[in-house]
Amino acid sequence: MRIELSEEQKLLQETVRRFAEEVVRPRAKEIDASGEFPRGFFDQAGELGLAGVAVPEEYGGAGMDAISYCLVIEEISRICATSGVILSVNNSLVCDPILAFGTEEQKKEILAPLASGQKLGCFGLTEPGAGSDAAALRTTAERDGDDYVINGNKVFITNGTHADVALVFASTDMEKKHKGITAFLVDADTPGYSHGTHEEKLGVNASGTTELAFEGMRVPASRRLGEEGEGFRIAMATLDGGRIGIAAQAVGIAQGAYEQAISYAKQREQFGKPLAKIQAIQFYLADMATELDAARLLTWKAAWAKMYQKRYTLEAAQAKLFSAQMARQVTDKALQIHGGYGYTREYDVERFFRDARITDIYEGTSEIQKMVVADWVINKQ
Amino acid sequence: MSPMSPMSDTNASSSIDFSLTEDQELLRETVRRFAEERLAPGEAERDREHRFPAELVSELGELGLLGMMVPEEYGGAGVDALTYLLAVEELSRMSPSIGVTVSVTNSVCCWPIARFGSEELKRRVLPSLAAEGEIGGFALTEPGAGSDAGSLTTRAVRDGDHWVLDGEKAWITNAGRARWYVAVARTDPKAGKRGLSAFVVPADAPGVSVGTPEEKVGLRSSLTAPLVFEGCRVPAANLLGEEGQGLKIALATLDHSRLGIAAQAVGIHQRALELAVQYAKDRVQFGVPIARHQAVQFFLAEIATSLAASRSLTYYAASIAETSADAGRLASEAKVLASEAANRAVWQSQQIHGGNGFSEEYEIGRLYRDVRVTTIYEGTSEMQRLVIARGVLG
Repeated sequence: MRIELSEEQKLLQETVRRFAEEVVRPRAKEIDASGEFPRGFFDQAGELGLAGVAVPEEYGGAGMDAISYCLVIEEISRICATSGVILSVNNSLVCDPILAFGTEEQKKEILAPLASGQKLGCFGLTEPGAGSDAAALRTTAERDGDDYVINGNKVFITNGTHADVALVFASTDMEKKHKGITAFLVDADTPGYSHGTHEEKLGVNASGTTELAFEGMRVPASRRLGEEGEGFRIAMATLDGGRIGIAAQAVGIAQGAYEQAISYAKQREQFGKPLAKIQAIQFYLADMATELDAARLLTWKAAWAKMYQKRYTLEAAQAKLFSAQMARQVTDKALQIHGGYGYTREYDVERFFRDARITDIYEGTSEIQKMVVADWVINKQ
Repeated sequence: MSPMSPMSDTNASSSIDFSLTEDQELLRETVRRFAEERLAPGEAERDREHRFPAELVSELGELGLLGMMVPEEYGGAGVDALTYLLAVEELSRMSPSIGVTVSVTNSVCCWPIARFGSEELKRRVLPSLAAEGEIGGFALTEPGAGSDAGSLTTRAVRDGDHWVLDGEKAWITNAGRARWYVAVARTDPKAGKRGLSAFVVPADAPGVSVGTPEEKVGLRSSLTAPLVFEGCRVPAANLLGEEGQGLKIALATLDHSRLGIAAQAVGIHQRALELAVQYAKDRVQFGVPIARHQAVQFFLAEIATSLAASRSLTYYAASIAETSADAGRLASEAKVLASEAANRAVWQSQQIHGGNGFSEEYEIGRLYRDVRVTTIYEGTSEMQRLVIARGVLG
């Protein structure tokens, strides 16, 4: 057991932190208010190698490991959770499955521009009637010669307003239920592909969340990811990795809120002394630090398991479950420490507080994570 | 800003490694087998009878569990903190009482002697604990000095080549069976916190007596009793460290020892999970095993997830115990997280057991009593939070 970042990882962490402070921070509040998707941020992140952190260099990525990826998402989310999830989706939910399940040609032609940040990806699984029950999706893909014709609707698609490539899940055989689901890599300029305007959300408000519509959209068979019927397995395996990204995002959000709480507690005076001298505040900060450290360890452990274990479903679910709940508690306490000021838009804590909420919901709600963990301890250990 | 230079060999350059070494895995296996074969069978009976298993102490010694971190030259096993904690965790999984007996011997008796003792003192005392299978104790707490340890009133007065101790210590684990105690007493009444000193007191020193053992809510097969010093004469050579260093030694010892309690809590938590899973699979209600009910599944998921968090933080704190400036804070974080999570987990496990969980026939009932103290002794949760807050506020 040795938990110490390597020199390269420390350098990466410092570089990303500086990037986040200099490039992300100035616009964080503004894009949260306006909902404007920060495409410029994604382009710059891509130049730094952050669009495909764990993708090998030969496919356009930075060739780093899963721990490094966690560091990137944490550091960006520490300043702006919207920017964190934009990167997390591109890395975990689009680049990762192409790397794991794609053909050599798909890796060269589709993965490389995504991993280098020239193109932006989105993940099209969720539908109006298929949220946690993803297998209930109704989008269809019918084989027609060398093409598939896809019809259907997707909702809550992060990056959807600006994505150049969508990983789309559709049924090639409705009777087979989840075993009839197939994955496709679709260019956004394909005829029949359209997207809506961004959803106004409680938090991560500028992440380009929207709906996608496919009407008679023809996709060449060469754009199928994996085999027919392999889509559900690809989606589940992909979400295992995605959960590590969201856990890291939750840790970053909490870290940002925690640091502001510490500095506020030191300068704000009440009853003739700084808040930091008041025991109730000290206890809040102690709990925040403890839960943050535990969540970061669980997240790194899941990333480590992803690198060295065949299965890391349990570790990823535990990391996300614990980190999401931690982030809600930590941001809530950070806001409480700020008192009335924390409830205003003048301070960042209210944004962290709103942004934390989604980590409990997307890429598998906390209830789904509990089902995964319970299944593991009851049936698999 | 220039692009990140890609790493060539990513795995080799990563220093994050959550795995245990082969030696650590082997020790964990050995202790687990010992705990299941030798500790588990009589635990319920010993608990009922409030009986300390003196007959098992020599076996603990033979396994090398009583001086684990003591360097080999003093008869110890010379293992690192994490290896030691794995042993405490595995013992506590089957017997939290033996867990604390071993934790106290290693953490608050052997450790301060090995860390602060003179060469002569180490050679005289440590082998009897580490190699000869004796247990030790730590006499800090007094009836009027609990969390506020610095206010203790036991006196130590120099008399020629001896110190003479007078006072009463409370809640002393292993009292009555320990061969040595590390005791803290006031050597300079005017110097406040700097007026305390630590001594190694042999159990058979003149003037040492053990009071009536406490009737405890849990950990009933561990020994806990008052320790009384009346004109107790201790050789001057038994002073630990320097005169006036008593509080510093005590606090450093507690920084270290709270990880032992975190490991004890992790062991109990692990057991609570196992018992809950087993019971949920066996117990049928509404025509199905209760493991099929989502409310029960969610309890199990929460128990398993908080266990993973507690274990990770405890092991991490152990891995940096000797090297990091944050070690004290991390140990406090591990203790507060692990002890409070274990209390909640045992409660949840007991809830899954329903009425049977309220019966002494089921192990979870005993664990419910045993786990309670983990948020109290060796620094209450509240004291841990003060340590953590001090650490993060600078």
